[in-house]
Amino acid sequence: MPNWVPKTLSRRGVLSGSLLTAGGTILAALTPRKHAAADIYEPPTQIRSAGGSAHGNMIAVGEVDNARNGFDPGAMLTDWETGTVSRLPDGRALRTFELFAVDKEIEIVPGVFFAAWTYNGRVPGPALRATEGERLRIVFRNHGSHPHSVHFHGIHSARMDGIPGAGMVEPGGEFVYEFDAFPFGCHLYHCHALPLKRHIHKGMYGAFIIDPDPGRHPESEPVARSRLLGTPENKQVQEFVMVMNGFDTDFDGDNEVYAVNTVAHHFSKHPIKIDRARLVRIYLVNVTEFDPINSFHLHANFFDYYDHGTTLTPTLKTVDTIMQCQAQRGILEFSFPTHEAGLYMFHAHQSEFAELGWMGLFDVVEATS
Amino acid sequence: MNGEIPPAAPSPAETASGRSRTIANLLWFALPLLALLLASGWLVTSDWLKAFDAGAPPVEKLTFERVVLNRDGIHLKVRVGGSEPVSIAQIQVDEAYWTFTQEPTGQLNHLSSAWLHIPYPWVLGEKHEVKVVSRTGATFTKEIEVAVATPTVQIGQLVPQAMLGAFVGIVPVLIGMLFYPAIRNVGRRGLDFVLALTIGLLVYLLVDSFKEAIELALTTAAAFQGIVMVVIAAVIAFLALLSVGRRHGAPTGIALATYIALGIGLHNLGEGLAIGAAFATGVAGLGTFLVLGFTLHNVTEGIGIVAPLAPARPPIAVFAGLALLAGGPAIVGIWLGSFSYAPQWTALALAIGVGAILQVIVEVGAYLMRSAARSSRTWLSPAMLVGLVLGIGVMYATAMLVKV
Repeated sequence: MPNWVPKTLSRRGVLSGSLLTAGGTILAALTPRKHAAADIYEPPTQIRSAGGSAHGNMIAVGEVDNARNGFDPGAMLTDWETGTVSRLPDGRALRTFELFAVDKEIEIVPGVFFAAWTYNGRVPGPALRATEGERLRIVFRNHGSHPHSVHFHGIHSARMDGIPGAGMVEPGGEFVYEFDAFPFGCHLYHCHALPLKRHIHKGMYGAFIIDPDPGRHPESEPVARSRLLGTPENKQVQEFVMVMNGFDTDFDGDNEVYAVNTVAHHFSKHPIKIDRARLVRIYLVNVTEFDPINSFHLHANFFDYYDHGTTLTPTLKTVDTIMQCQAQRGILEFSFPTHEAGLYMFHAHQSEFAELGWMGLFDVVEATS
Repeated sequence: MNGEIPPAAPSPAETASGRSRTIANLLWFALPLLALLLASGWLVTSDWLKAFDAGAPPVEKLTFERVVLNRDGIHLKVRVGGSEPVSIAQIQVDEAYWTFTQEPTGQLNHLSSAWLHIPYPWVLGEKHEVKVVSRTGATFTKEIEVAVATPTVQIGQLVPQAMLGAFVGIVPVLIGMLFYPAIRNVGRRGLDFVLALTIGLLVYLLVDSFKEAIELALTTAAAFQGIVMVVIAAVIAFLALLSVGRRHGAPTGIALATYIALGIGLHNLGEGLAIGAAFATGVAGLGTFLVLGFTLHNVTEGIGIVAPLAPARPPIAVFAGLALLAGGPAIVGIWLGSFSYAPQWTALALAIGVGAILQVIVEVGAYLMRSAARSSRTWLSPAMLVGLVLGIGVMYATAMLVKV
């Protein structure tokens, strides 16, 4: 019997077989090992945070190219669109705004580009600002690839509602919305084309502020004057418009990016300068799609809140967190008169939103000329 | 007239014509290549393909090949599987943007890979989700089911791992081999029954290995064509082993036993990889029960290996060698598997195992058919069927103990 063993099972035969085995083994072994270090069976508790930033490593890397985007979230804080004013025969002011829809790729977090639909090439669209009682005329042209409209949150006729059948504009078309500026407050406008969800989350929205006319509110005239853009009282106030938005970059019905004024972490990297002696007034609008609510939380301080901005006395006093459902908005007023100078955080108090970009810093300083 | 014909020395004209024929032949070979070159050149320069450009962003594909957790945070090896290049813009860990470095930096082209280093303070034993956001906003998600530090090569760990490998690989095979004296005494029909049992267990291993290979293949970059790779590797391994094994006729005896041991060894390599990876990534705790399950599962393999040896009386060293061949790869597998590894290599190793197992199924089957033909019996007798089903059934039942 032993005779046939070498014949049937030659050394080469076994070797050829073993080579196949060895091949697989070697292939598996060839993948490089880079992280060889002794005793690393413990989790990392000592990771140093980068650059001493208030957010440590929890921040998007890099910078968004504002010039390429054509808008700067910081500049948008105070960039009011007041349109052009003329007089109607009856003496009333007629304020005309021009809006156009255009498709545009925008950078919403460093390196990530979003195929947005915009008003006037920016997201959020221009922050329209008018005065209570004026006649408003909004000339809207659609240079985009889909039907769009402008639907104002305000008081107007059915024909001016900017919904399918009333003020919907086909690509290449134009429509003029006309109505009176009522009620005063902090409002918004957005596209009401269908499907609504997509038209909103693609970027078609903006703030729409109607300042109170002091003459109509003798009982609280000083407050109304402070709210009216351009008055000496108003110039003392540091006013900012913040539109809380989000972007679903992979279209799975869940936002990858949250921000105020579009760019994630912008105000973490570029804190907003605040003169601590002067009042801060924030026009806050929530247009976040897909999530039921958004919120605003101020660190180390409290504020008064005017829900919808339609009152001259606060609807909530001395709070440090408010929440808004989609399209809800309001005015926040606070100051830092006795605070020491320094960085004060503000962010959504849904930690997820904050960590995905909706957070920022106020740089409170002694005085800014 | 029938004078001496001069030796057939080629005339200069003939030589020249032969040479020109060779050159002509070479030219004919060059012609299709030239045509290909021209076609490619035209395609590149004329750019008429842009007629198909719908203006939509490209569909990007990114696969995660390795995950390493250590004191510095989370490290991922990613590979671009689609034809479109991918620019990694941001990384979210557990729905928070996190700083990271990419190595090498820049856009990742077709099939190229990079390491992403994220200084994230992961939490021992908990789940994390890493989401890579590309330039176009597309996202690619890697779930880390249970965070534990990735083991590195440590001499201290090699020995216990080898012990574990021996216990799930070599020990059960040796125990199974102890049936050898019994098998020798069961007679011809009893032996055929045991061989049918062997085929049954091999069929189980074949299906199991194939399933594992396909599962892994599905996680690899698209360009690797995972399933195709697995099938082709298995077919080539099968044919190679079959031809090697049959150079001197169909293998029997020790040769057949060796091929069985080889096939089982390759399967155990995959099993070792799975065990190693499961423990390294924390998805399974190493329990005594589990190890015992593997031991029990693999005892049948020992019986299968020694069954063809019944007519022979090989020296004890042959048994030792066969046990090592069949069980040893489990040790290697656990060593390799405990590091984070790229799935395509494991899928390839498993696919080769599939081919090897198929080869021994064919050889044992052929042996049984020959044996049946000699005694003019049908090869698939009721007894054989029972053996076959029993082999599959025992493997299936014992595998229930060990599916991690």
